[in-house]
Amino acid sequence: MPEGEYRGMNLTILDVDHENVAYFGHCADHDFHLQKCTSCGLLRYPPGTACPWCQNREFEWTAVEGKGTVHSYGEVHQAIQPQFREKAPYMILIVDLDTQKGQPTEHEALRVAGNLATPDGDLAPPELVRQVGIGSRMRMVFADVGEGLSLPMWTLDEDAEQPENPWRYPQEYNGV
Amino acid sequence: MTPDVDATAPKFLRDKYAIIGVGETTYTRGSNLTTRALGTWAVKNAMEDAGIPASEVDGMMSYSNNDSTPSPMIAGDLGIRLNFYMDVYGGGSSSEALIGLAIGAIEAGMCNTVVVFRSMNGYSQVRIGGTGARARAPVGGDAVHTAPYGWFSAGQNFSPSFMRHMYDYGTTPEQVAMVKVIHSEHASNNPKAYYKQRLTVDDVLNSRMIVKPLHLLDCCVETDNATAVIVTRAERAYDYRNTPARILAVAGRVCKPRIDMHFQHGPISTVAGYYIKDIIWPNAGVGPEDIDLTGAYDAFTFTSMLQLEDYGFCKKGEGGDYVSSGIMRLGNERPNNTSGGHLCEGYTHGMNMIIENVRQLRGEVDDYCPVDDQDRKQHTFDYSGGACRQVPDANISMNLGWAMPGTGSSMVMRKG
Repeated sequence: MPEGEYRGMNLTILDVDHENVAYFGHCADHDFHLQKCTSCGLLRYPPGTACPWCQNREFEWTAVEGKGTVHSYGEVHQAIQPQFREKAPYMILIVDLDTQKGQPTEHEALRVAGNLATPDGDLAPPELVRQVGIGSRMRMVFADVGEGLSLPMWTLDEDAEQPENPWRYPQEYNGV
Repeated sequence: MTPDVDATAPKFLRDKYAIIGVGETTYTRGSNLTTRALGTWAVKNAMEDAGIPASEVDGMMSYSNNDSTPSPMIAGDLGIRLNFYMDVYGGGSSSEALIGLAIGAIEAGMCNTVVVFRSMNGYSQVRIGGTGARARAPVGGDAVHTAPYGWFSAGQNFSPSFMRHMYDYGTTPEQVAMVKVIHSEHASNNPKAYYKQRLTVDDVLNSRMIVKPLHLLDCCVETDNATAVIVTRAERAYDYRNTPARILAVAGRVCKPRIDMHFQHGPISTVAGYYIKDIIWPNAGVGPEDIDLTGAYDAFTFTSMLQLEDYGFCKKGEGGDYVSSGIMRLGNERPNNTSGGHLCEGYTHGMNMIIENVRQLRGEVDDYCPVDDQDRKQHTFDYSGGACRQVPDANISMNLGWAMPGTGSSMVMRKG
């Protein structure tokens, strides 16, 4: 059973939860995969038990490039979980994957959540938080939690062309 | 997605049911009471308000996703023999949904009169904001996609939706802060409100940042309280003490295409009200222009704004203009949350906004105005603070109940 301790939280995926076991298992291999419907061919996120577009229950785990653009974010200044407090402010990013963006309809995308992280998967320091906003180009990294369990995270894509001024909330707070 | 289903069927129920009684406890932080004692207190107050004896109540429903006491315990304490009860899981999208289910239970012949209550120690027991024991709970299964990112309280969950609205439409922090400003003005005329102080836009923007774009004062208060409403058939409703509030239409637990990770289906600032509007307006037989006052769920300043937009009170993207225009202020065209709502009066998962609208439709809102020798309010319509909060000629109200972008409920009532 994939489990681990992460920032004071006990994380557990039950063996019977096959979709999540496989999803986080691929993450543990640092090899991002999503379910691809064997009928209509669409990828889906988060893991689920059927295709939301054609109801087919069959799927294949498919490698997906972990690159995309920040669609929106939240920036936590008053952390709730005790072990996040020393890391505040931290960012929660919703990233549009390049893969399948705008499909099957204009406003849909595979929007994969994760924190803004350093390249080694740790929560980003304030000087990095300041640089990221809507439009920033990101690449996926992983935070290893336990055997068969790693969490997708996002870091700035060093190889990509970044927007000059990614959109950020207009009011600064504590210098961020 | 499968094609949308037309849910605008039961027009034969329009105007056939009513709320005949409302009741609540005080709104406190530290009740020193069980949710059982609080629930009993609120239901007793609602029965007294209606003037209905316990022997004429035979249905009870409640909901909870934190602390509560089941209906049969409250009923037993009050000597109410139930022909029907149901306690369901859920938060702020439940209030109107359960009123709709109560109508269904009565229509099915299962009972005659239903109390819907919500009892919670949202401050002293299970903190609504997610602090305390909830922040240390183990995380399993689908929650591993969210909680390990420090992303699990309501404010944290909703923040990307709010942020994207600002990006897409140019909505400003100053505009949204006006929701709190106006609700605080309303609360200053409400003796029950936990926070009665009037605030300014600067007060909101200078309060500490919780999670961008939410300052402390963009977030609702956490309180301990119970609330209750009593639903019965319209033809029975006039047998009781107060003018009934007639229910024109109700929609409940309407979802976006996904309720988990609803961000997959943009625009992500669209809330469930976008789908509810196609049910509630045809069923009620009225439209936004007919509504005299609204109760738009204000867990956060932003939530009121997003709902008002998606139900059609203004165009999508113009919510910032709507909430900062003053239209929602007492004395103006369409006041919102005249009790002060969750931001100021107390947090009840939406119930207090229904109670407020029932009293508004009666013309009997419980403000600081004097009463005559028959104990009826003599409203002054002076909204300056410590005074009146009655909406003149309140004939049709709407509750826009909501917990999160992915699901919502709604109700339109008229003066009986």
